[in-house]
Amino acid sequence: MVLFENVGVRYGAGPEIIHGATFTLAPGSFHFLVGASGAGKSSLLRLMYMTLRPSSGRVNLFGRDLDSLPRREIPLLRRRIGVVFQDFRLLTNLTALDNVALPLRIAGVRESQVRQHVTELLQWVGLADHVAAYPATLSGGQQQRVAIARAVIARPSLLLADEPTGNVDDSIGVRLMYLFEELNKMGTTVVIATHNERLVGKFQHRQLRVESATVRLVARPEAA
Amino acid sequence: MGLLRSDLPLGGDGSARFLPWIIGCMVYLAALALSATMGADRLADRWRSDLSGTFSIQIPPNASTTASERERLLADMLDAVKAMPEVASAHVVSDAEKEKLLEPWLGAGGLPEDVRLPDLVVVKLRSDAPSDLEAVKARVAGLTPDATFEDHARWQGDMLAFTHSIELLASIIIGLIAAAAVTTVIFVTKTGLSIHRRVIEIVHLVGAYDSYIAKQFLLHSMRLGLIGGIGGTALAGLTLIGLDRLLGNAQTSLLPTLALDLNQWLALAVVPIAVSIVAMITAHLTVLYVLGRDL
Repeated sequence: MVLFENVGVRYGAGPEIIHGATFTLAPGSFHFLVGASGAGKSSLLRLMYMTLRPSSGRVNLFGRDLDSLPRREIPLLRRRIGVVFQDFRLLTNLTALDNVALPLRIAGVRESQVRQHVTELLQWVGLADHVAAYPATLSGGQQQRVAIARAVIARPSLLLADEPTGNVDDSIGVRLMYLFEELNKMGTTVVIATHNERLVGKFQHRQLRVESATVRLVARPEAA
Repeated sequence: MGLLRSDLPLGGDGSARFLPWIIGCMVYLAALALSATMGADRLADRWRSDLSGTFSIQIPPNASTTASERERLLADMLDAVKAMPEVASAHVVSDAEKEKLLEPWLGAGGLPEDVRLPDLVVVKLRSDAPSDLEAVKARVAGLTPDATFEDHARWQGDMLAFTHSIELLASIIIGLIAAAAVTTVIFVTKTGLSIHRRVIEIVHLVGAYDSYIAKQFLLHSMRLGLIGGIGGTALAGLTLIGLDRLLGNAQTSLLPTLALDLNQWLALAVVPIAVSIVAMITAHLTVLYVLGRDL
């Protein structure tokens, strides 16, 4: 599913913030990506959703080496990936329904199917009454659920979440984690970047620890 | 819904809000320049049709001949000219007609009695008459040696050169306006891409091709181009109607009429469509170019 081999990341002419990262994420796995703020968690996620190229090493997604991947093929690969951000990144001019529908419409799914699937999914994340609401009228937790619904509407094989609970209170954070676990049980590979050690301790999943510019795969969770 | 739906909030861009105004002004100027071209073309056509196949014979006043002698001389020459196989018709321009022709320069009220005008015979040739009028000229000179022959060729040539210059100038103006419009659309599109960088990143992340984003800018620019284009063209139409009324009041036959015929109005109506197509293509190519440089 995801293979990193001696991957290094550097911005401009600066030093490598990640070097020699080597790990594999199996299909259907669930990983926390943990580390201090600024350690490079977001950069690792960016490598996975292809808005950043490694300065060295090899990244392979779904069996495709990103080095040799032509630009025109990136969108098709991205359609197999769902991304959730801490700041939600909803399109403020679109309703909850239209935000969630975006990946399906881009993929060219028929409008009748789009409305049906989106309505069902919004119902599943507890936003059935907010289908026509604009992001500005929703609470932080509701916006995050819309963002998650948008990330999973196209049934991605890989779900990447960057501090998804950072802007919501703890109780909503826990509920969102249950939502991610549900998706994982349905076969989606999940990677959640967080510095919330309490959350990591509560949910027993493998960890990718970013420390001192290196990435370490921790098979068993460490004590929170 | 799908075709016109826009995921990017392009309508709220400050930079895009003034685009219809700029395009409107440019289209206004371009439409006037186009009308000038069409007007010059029409004027040249009118001169051509008015003067082609005609010539005039001018007989200068002669103090030694009496009025009756001049009348007889004119009548003889008219008969001789009418008898020529190339000639369809001929008539002597009366004193009243000559005074009317001179009225714009000398004013109404007739000429002083001591001023004598040359006699003038206007000849219309048959449609199958040869273009070379040398033989006709020679026969006219044989009838009245001091007569001068005017086939308007030089005047027509000068006037046609003048109208062609107007057409060329108008074409250059239209070209410059088009270049300015393209540059403006590129600037607005680049600004839009910069403003909506984060939104575009999201749309990319959920699997959009560059062409999907370019289509949204294309439709947005088409809409703005059409609004500005229609406004500018409508204003140009009103200006032309107003100017035509002013020229109509001036009652001068030398100035062109600005009243457009149906085909010319249709040509003018194409301007906003052409502008919106140019805006569309420019925006589309700009987006593809700019996004193509990103990762």
